[in-house]
Amino acid sequence: MFGKLTWQAIPFDQPIPLAAGALVVFVIAAILIWVAAKGYIPYLWREWITSVDHKRIGIMYCLLAAVMLLRGFIDALMMRSQQALAFHAPGYLPPEHYDQIFSAHGTIMIFFMAMPFVIGLMNFAMPLQLGVRDVAFPTLNSVSFWLTAAGALLVNISLVVGEFARTGWLPYPPLSELTYSPGVGVDYYLWAIQISGIGTLMTGINMVTTVLKIRAPGMSYMRMPIFCWTTLASNLLIVAAFPILTATLAMLLLDRYVGFHFFSNEAAGNAMMFQNLIWAWGHPEVYILVLPAFGIFSEVVATFSGKPLFDRRSMIIATLGICILSLCVWLHHFFTMGAGGDVNAVFGIASMIIAVPTGVKIYNWLFTMYGGRVRFSSAMLWAIGFMVTFVIGGMTGVLLASPPADFLLHNSLFLVAHFHNVIIGGVVFGVFAGYTYWFPKAFGFVLDERLGKAAFWCWLVGFYVAFVPLYVVGLEGMTRRMQHYDRPEWYPWLLVAGVGVLIILCGIALQIAQLWVSIRTRAQRRDLTGDPWDGRSLEWSTTSPPPEFNFAVLPNVTNDEPYWSIKQQARARGELVTPEPEYAPIQVPRNSATGFVTAFFAVLTGFSLIWQIWWLVILGLVGAYATFVAFAWRDVHETEIPAAEVARIDRANRAARAAALREEAVQ
Amino acid sequence: MRRGGSGVLRSLLPVVPVSLAACHPAVLTPAGPVGEGDRIVLLDSLSIMLAIVVPTIVTILGFAYWFRASNRRARYLPDFAYSGRIELIVWSIPVLVIFFLGGIAWISAHLLDPAEPLRSKAKPLEVQVVALDWKWLFIYPQQNVASINRMVVPAGAPLELRITSASVFNVFFVPRLGSEIYAMYGMTTRLNLQADQPGVYFGLSAHFSGDGFPGMAFDVHAVSAEEFTQWTAATRETGPVLDEAAYRQLLKQSQDVTPYTYRSVQSGLFDDIVEQRLPPGEGPPTARSAAAAAVVLAGRQY
Amino acid sequence: MSAPALRLAHDPVFDPAGIAPPEVTGHGAGGPAPKRIIVGYGFWIFLLSDVIMFSAFFAAYAVLFKNTAGGPSAHELFDLRNTATETACLLLSTFTCGMASLAVGHRNQKWTQLALLVTGLLGLVFIVLEIREFTGFVSRGAGPTRSAFLSSFFTLVGCHGIHVSAALLWLGTMMAQFYAKGFRQDIRHRFLCFSLFWHALDIIWVAIFNLVYLVGVLPPELLP
Repeated sequence: MFGKLTWQAIPFDQPIPLAAGALVVFVIAAILIWVAAKGYIPYLWREWITSVDHKRIGIMYCLLAAVMLLRGFIDALMMRSQQALAFHAPGYLPPEHYDQIFSAHGTIMIFFMAMPFVIGLMNFAMPLQLGVRDVAFPTLNSVSFWLTAAGALLVNISLVVGEFARTGWLPYPPLSELTYSPGVGVDYYLWAIQISGIGTLMTGINMVTTVLKIRAPGMSYMRMPIFCWTTLASNLLIVAAFPILTATLAMLLLDRYVGFHFFSNEAAGNAMMFQNLIWAWGHPEVYILVLPAFGIFSEVVATFSGKPLFDRRSMIIATLGICILSLCVWLHHFFTMGAGGDVNAVFGIASMIIAVPTGVKIYNWLFTMYGGRVRFSSAMLWAIGFMVTFVIGGMTGVLLASPPADFLLHNSLFLVAHFHNVIIGGVVFGVFAGYTYWFPKAFGFVLDERLGKAAFWCWLVGFYVAFVPLYVVGLEGMTRRMQHYDRPEWYPWLLVAGVGVLIILCGIALQIAQLWVSIRTRAQRRDLTGDPWDGRSLEWSTTSPPPEFNFAVLPNVTNDEPYWSIKQQARARGELVTPEPEYAPIQVPRNSATGFVTAFFAVLTGFSLIWQIWWLVILGLVGAYATFVAFAWRDVHETEIPAAEVARIDRANRAARAAALREEAVQ
Repeated sequence: MRRGGSGVLRSLLPVVPVSLAACHPAVLTPAGPVGEGDRIVLLDSLSIMLAIVVPTIVTILGFAYWFRASNRRARYLPDFAYSGRIELIVWSIPVLVIFFLGGIAWISAHLLDPAEPLRSKAKPLEVQVVALDWKWLFIYPQQNVASINRMVVPAGAPLELRITSASVFNVFFVPRLGSEIYAMYGMTTRLNLQADQPGVYFGLSAHFSGDGFPGMAFDVHAVSAEEFTQWTAATRETGPVLDEAAYRQLLKQSQDVTPYTYRSVQSGLFDDIVEQRLPPGEGPPTARSAAAAAVVLAGRQY
Repeated sequence: MSAPALRLAHDPVFDPAGIAPPEVTGHGAGGPAPKRIIVGYGFWIFLLSDVIMFSAFFAAYAVLFKNTAGGPSAHELFDLRNTATETACLLLSTFTCGMASLAVGHRNQKWTQLALLVTGLLGLVFIVLEIREFTGFVSRGAGPTRSAFLSSFFTLVGCHGIHVSAALLWLGTMMAQFYAKGFRQDIRHRFLCFSLFWHALDIIWVAIFNLVYLVGVLPPELLP
């Protein structure tokens, strides 16, 4: 009746996951009860859950990512503390448990923290920067978000019901085959990723179409902001790479569920093929993550240097170069699989070549600062911290790209330090910069700068204290994923790394404090003009937060810094340059519960597939199909905002801007 | 030292000599030509890149500091957004560096390919390596003996390793001897190493292979040629025989196995394993009784 | 400023009767593209992503082609007559789907429903033939669990079959929508996507027909 699901799936005999699970369930229940008691549910349903507005969806993505950051970081705390304790000792986490934790850490951080964070920021800012009202397919956007959330939910359910994968964040066969992983852990992983992968693919399609087909009049390709170029490159990679992930995980699922032999040890399966296929997705994936971060830094460095980005054309060419090259280097993840000198050398050289456009970008940011007036806001601190840290991480990457060097360091903690160096230094610092930069635009008030800077310094110092010892211990021969060890020379370094992660914990605590304090004192830090940073691109021409329709009239773009050039003219004249436009009613897409309901059925289907409750699987699939049909049967797709309302909102914006201009002229 | 602090300080004392030992990390103090070659490539690439990276970082911090908004001495160039000369230099420097590094990569990837035999006048020793869950089996086909979790080899002789796995992926890695390589079921990878001097070199598996993975440590004992002959002779005197029945016992999952030897090996056993005439390793004991599982875990020692 | 916009009097394929207003197409500097362009473009990107997914299955098939584990090989199994019939069904169905598109362009309910029905029936025949082929293999001990080669064959061809089945479900829904709501613009956009999907599946079948079946029946000596 319930497939493989029994009461034994709940870890009554394991205190740590039981306590953790109970705590999480209690906290979630408490939040839900509080929200319901306060009467917020209708508001949340109407304004957020069924919203198809890219701004709302972007914020929800970032919120999901922030919560998953805490979950993934707790995993990291447990891993570092275990390794700091487990020298000639068992530590406090038995292998079955430790193995799930490092697998969950990687899976959550990549799929449910980094991806949602960058997708959330792209969702929020890109249409505003392009001067348009929304993405190409708003309802599809909502479905994408909710499917991602469904995947995150499934992974977290595994904490309480059943177990998670014990294979690492990529489930290499034969270890991930049924013979060596007979439990449900790998199935939780596979279905969660497949479900959220569909969401991500749809985001890719959505954003590529938006950037290429929906831009303000006059915005040719060369006039697009760099963040939109990196959005395009990242989403082209999503479209190119995620189908490979879907296919490969489907093959593993077929092996596990129906006894196929793609990667099995028996009947001529080929486990090496999994490595090739998964890394053909896996390497583009890391560039999917880092390219938007590069775009954020381009915006932040230009804004806070008071200068346009240096050599835009080069930046665009470098971005597209990275995009294409990232598809050509996947074998560097398994140089040690014995492919021979020719193959290894070709992929090694290709991996080094990708450092060229990346280096060009660093120098362009450098020369953006040159001749500027650099303001050290917390966003700019993240950018400078990124530049230094990412250069070091990139250097260790080029080191590893040399096959003989990799023969010494493959899978060691040196490798772990390298990829954390580029992911934390690049992606995490990037999303933190983007979060700080666009927060006022999203919520109408600025975050506390002092706490933000303190958080930055904790993260920066903590990162180096946590990961430089890992470089060292990797050079001492230590490999990754060891639940215990007995080489004395590794021990002190792992102690230091444990201290480092505590410093990062302080950074995270400060970020939480920053949010809390900023919300409580938001009245004093309101963004009244919509342009708190003296920005250069179009999103800063709207109010904070922007109205549902973004722009009353789509702007006419005549150069590559449309907002800045108009603002400078207005400053020179001391008054607004553009005349009041003719206001017309605006059609906006209607809210839809399609995303939320589809995700509900996705969680149901995923859960029942994991536990092999076949009747529930059919119910879930039928429910999902019925949801599509119900959506297809909708007759009215849009609501109209009357011209008078548009006029009211826009006139208020223009008045605030004019007042700010007059005040500036007086000073 | 004061009373309260002395206890803490004493417990940290082992850290001191150990940290000094860190000045000689294993990977950077090779004991053989392969490790030496790998290390040269690593350090050369590092030096070339540091020559670019260090000035770049200094410039980043320097520009950020000099052009800070409060510095009125710095020139403000609000329209400086392009320079052809800078564009040319900025593209050329990375391209030239990569040309250089790429050349090193091409040459060294071929010279240091693990399957490339070592040039030596000494007679090579053949060792067949099988990665099991969770121990290493070393078969000496020429000497017809086998060893678990300890590889005894003559110093100064090239080692021709043929490596496979009985179940899941593992990686054979002896950090002080150099290159590592995958161990995969149904396939043989070839690795050529050499220990120049006698000594004990630690080895491990560098690819996560399951719950018993941390216990896949082994030692390489490089000894003089005479000692190796003595060891071979002594091994042939005592210990069990590695036939098919003994091998099937090895296929069961066990961890933290104390090293021991076999006094003879069934002929062609390694080929039988590689060509899948023998079954792969069993997985975890799902259907077996808890008692059997307890036996498996009893071997765990720290 | 930008070059003069390209203006079409009407879309000759999708709007032969000239019912829709003229559209500005090409070069994004003209402002946001019209809805029909956006929908079609987005769906094309989806199709390309689907082709990449199939490419991964093709790659696996190529790698595992010789991994028959002592079991039956392609040469021993494939029956080209069955494959030819399947191909004829799909090619014919692409033609009838094109007819349906023309009927939609002329807003003709009767011919739309008829052409879609024939398309669906031809698709159904294809699926039935494929299921028969698969069950035949299984009963001869050549099921997907026999060897890696057979796993990859069943997955690649089966994935295409699943896509066709999903398309048939979509086809039925489109017939119901046209019947219930007429030729409203958003339903025509959806139908544009459906027909693109149907034609793309035919193209993928051509690849399967060539790379799997025609290559598969070659005698082993001729293969590298």
